[in-house]
Amino acid sequence: MFEPAQQNGSPRIGFYVCHCGHNIAGKVDVTAVAQAVARFPGVVLSRDYKYMCSDPGQQMIMDDIREQKLDRVVVASCSPLLHEHTFRTAVARGGLNAFHFQMVNIRENVSWVHDDPADATEKAVDLARAAVRRVRLHRALEQKKVPITPAVLIVGGGIAGIHAALTLASAGKKVYLVEKEPTIGGHMAKFDKTFPTLDCAACILTPKMSAVRSHPNITLWTYSEVTKVEGFVGRYRVTVKRKPRYVIEELCVGCLECIEACVFKEGKFYDEFNQGLGKRKPVYIPFPQATPQLVLIDPEQCIEFKSGKCKKTCAEKCDRDAIDFKQTERIEQIEVGAVIVATGFQTVPSEKVPFYGYGRMPNVFTALEVERLVNASGPTGGQVVTREGKAPKAVGIIHCVGSRDEKTNRWCSRVCCMYSLKLAHLIKEHTGAEVFNFYTDMRTAGKGYEEFFYKVMDDGVHFIRGRVAEVSDWAFTPDEEGKLVIRVEDTLIGRVRRVPVDMVVLATGLEPGPDSQQIRRLFNMSCSSEGFFLERHPKLAPVDTFTDGVYIAGACQSPKDIPDTVAQAGAAAAQVLALIDAGSKELEPNTAYIVEEECSGCKSCIALCPYTAISFDAARKKALLNEALCKGCGTCVASCPSGSIRQNLFQDDEIFSEIEGLLTPVT
Amino acid sequence: MPDKPKVALYWCASCGGCEESVVDLAEGILDVVAAVDIVLWPVAMDFKLEDLEAHADGSIAVGLVNGAVRSSEQEEIVRILRAKCRLLVAYGSCAHQGGIPSLANLFSLEEALRDVYEESPSTVNEKKTRPLERYVENGHEVTLPRLRQIVRALDQVVDVDYYIPGCPPTPKLLQEALAAILAGKLPPKGTVLAPDVALCEQCPRRDTKPDDLAIAAFRRPHQLLMDPEKCFIAQGVVCMGPATRQGCEAQCIGGHMPCTGCFGPTSRVLDHGAKILSSIASNIGPKTDEEILQTLSGIPDPVGTFYRYGLAASRLRANLAAKEGAR
Repeated sequence: MFEPAQQNGSPRIGFYVCHCGHNIAGKVDVTAVAQAVARFPGVVLSRDYKYMCSDPGQQMIMDDIREQKLDRVVVASCSPLLHEHTFRTAVARGGLNAFHFQMVNIRENVSWVHDDPADATEKAVDLARAAVRRVRLHRALEQKKVPITPAVLIVGGGIAGIHAALTLASAGKKVYLVEKEPTIGGHMAKFDKTFPTLDCAACILTPKMSAVRSHPNITLWTYSEVTKVEGFVGRYRVTVKRKPRYVIEELCVGCLECIEACVFKEGKFYDEFNQGLGKRKPVYIPFPQATPQLVLIDPEQCIEFKSGKCKKTCAEKCDRDAIDFKQTERIEQIEVGAVIVATGFQTVPSEKVPFYGYGRMPNVFTALEVERLVNASGPTGGQVVTREGKAPKAVGIIHCVGSRDEKTNRWCSRVCCMYSLKLAHLIKEHTGAEVFNFYTDMRTAGKGYEEFFYKVMDDGVHFIRGRVAEVSDWAFTPDEEGKLVIRVEDTLIGRVRRVPVDMVVLATGLEPGPDSQQIRRLFNMSCSSEGFFLERHPKLAPVDTFTDGVYIAGACQSPKDIPDTVAQAGAAAAQVLALIDAGSKELEPNTAYIVEEECSGCKSCIALCPYTAISFDAARKKALLNEALCKGCGTCVASCPSGSIRQNLFQDDEIFSEIEGLLTPVT
Repeated sequence: MPDKPKVALYWCASCGGCEESVVDLAEGILDVVAAVDIVLWPVAMDFKLEDLEAHADGSIAVGLVNGAVRSSEQEEIVRILRAKCRLLVAYGSCAHQGGIPSLANLFSLEEALRDVYEESPSTVNEKKTRPLERYVENGHEVTLPRLRQIVRALDQVVDVDYYIPGCPPTPKLLQEALAAILAGKLPPKGTVLAPDVALCEQCPRRDTKPDDLAIAAFRRPHQLLMDPEKCFIAQGVVCMGPATRQGCEAQCIGGHMPCTGCFGPTSRVLDHGAKILSSIASNIGPKTDEEILQTLSGIPDPVGTFYRYGLAASRLRANLAAKEGAR
């Protein structure tokens, strides 16, 4: 019924069970496993060893293959995710085809999850029996190589994207940097100072922004979005939508005279860059150092777009005729070998924490708003003032807003303690106000961070340990009249306190950006349960994803501060360089394939492939599968109604033998 | 005149359609009769058990058995045939995969008998009389064969050499099979004597099938006015064509009815129903649980739809056997 399994006489299987120190041997009786497996048909050798992944462990496999003439190898150890590649390589170095190998996971699937040693041992033997049965049927497979196009797409122009772009461009690689906002710079461009050194954010960031703009190897597309990604590692075909600015990029020099000339004499519209604290005109530039230095027109607000009856003073004023009201969106197609996703984060929306009164009480601010207030180029020119324009005498900063909280997000956002300290320092410096920090725990791990905490305490900033219950404007005493009252249980003195202040700052946490799910789907990435993009391995592959050639950097992976973001961006750039400079990449061979003469051309599989690896050949009336695109998910294999799609390493006979091995009663 | 090769034909649990298909050879049957010596064919000629038993083991060239096996009598005859015939061929869907009779495996024997003799709407049987295996009247004993708990395909009872699929098989397939047998030009034992590619390849409507089916609703042929040119599945009508072996010359499609799967799966597929179910379910358009259930409600009898001819041979049978502790 099935293709005959490859049989070189009787199989000669070598079996190895790993102690993994105490990780496995502490629960599973590895000697008993080795003894039991030694009796299985086809097994000529069965050993246990302390660390199979170590050099001596691998050497043992290689020596046994040569000396004992093994033709199949099974290793029972940890997750294949961790060491399958290690053992396949050892098997290949021993002289066998790397895929005449099967791995059994008796760590994550057995020793770490079972309490009873006898049961754990029995399960390990069952799993080993299944692998031994299956490995007999393994076919020799060849790994295909794909060439790597020496160009990189970086999605997101925050500090992570900027740093990665510059690193790659200076190594001579072609970089396409795509940013959805009209300017690069991301969140960092909005900050005044950075902790703990109090470096001016703009001073360290803007030179890098202009370096991106002027670098000959970088193509910068702002106000643009990736809409489609096809292809595979080494050759991703990417479609980028470039939204119209209504300003011809090649002509605009950023003189800003059009903004001056606009029929709106004053700014009237929500200024995104300043969190709405300032107003802008329909023709605008996000901020003075915006990169590229190009204006744009918001068609939702511009009178010409709404009525067609504007005097168009902006266009009149432009002596370069750069304004073009008829501009339409442009579609760019590029081919890149690798992608770095650095799409950042959003701060937790304050609607999620209604009890702190944001939006209801005007002088409750978010931290990002205060960043703009303390910024010399911000809407108040660096004046920290209430919405009424008065300098506050007392300010309360509430930590962990939307972090470490069952009701919103459970994770620690990592940066809020430190930026709250920074804001406390800056507010005190700018206004001389009394500043109260309401914290859950102070988390100041990082170089120079704890020292900064002490410095801020020395400044005279007050620290109250407790989770704020609510902010209200209901005065109980004359002191509280006209104030915002922060009600909190001070857990160090064990009492509920009411602290009247003029201004409340919410240290909102970091969460995945609003379009993160869309981006995840575009690039076939996975997300952790919080929604941050999932790295291939938390320790050993922190910037890789499960999609070959797609890397992640910065806060889109998890909340992190600027130093960590930059380090990760550098790491992602290094991974891309390693990929490009290797010139080619070996593909996993666990792909599906269509047996052409068996295919009836029923098209059942075409639309099902999540990686668009299958197409219909209209001339021959057969389905065609691109193995380079195939990720081996098995969807088409399961759904092919005539059984004409097969999958390497998951042939029916291999799977059934494995199941039979599992279900064979223990005698 | 040298002895002509001997041929035996037998029917078990079947409707007689397979016998018809032999007669459908029309004038061709004369060539068959000229080339072979028919030693058993109960539907056409009178043979006694002793006549069959009298043949030496292995003396009959080929036995064609149609119908599924449920009774002790059928079991006995096919065992005898196995011994007498050099080649035993499962002829037609019931012998091949269990056929429609094997849908009875959804129920216990007791349930089936109760329904047939007592509860079916057209039955009037106030005394609840049922056939007995043994009955004595005035000293005369009458016996009937015993019914087994489950219905089986031929190869679940005896070793089978070849299979000719179909409900019924086409005269062309029978002619080709006989020619191959007589000429001794046979494929490996166990082969189904029909092309091993799914029916879609031969379907005149194949080009009308879209790349993305995204089926929104299922309907049965009587529930809509079907487009006579368009792929059935594209119209939301379940068609077993994608999962079913060709060889029928797409007769049902030509008659404006979808394939119901009588030729069984290709050699690569272990479970016909599971395979087409997996394929069709994957191609449902809706994405929410509620909408999916709504779409699936258009298939009120999934087993009868997807396992119409193959329940005995499917993986589901093991469950049924366990349920009754049968065999």
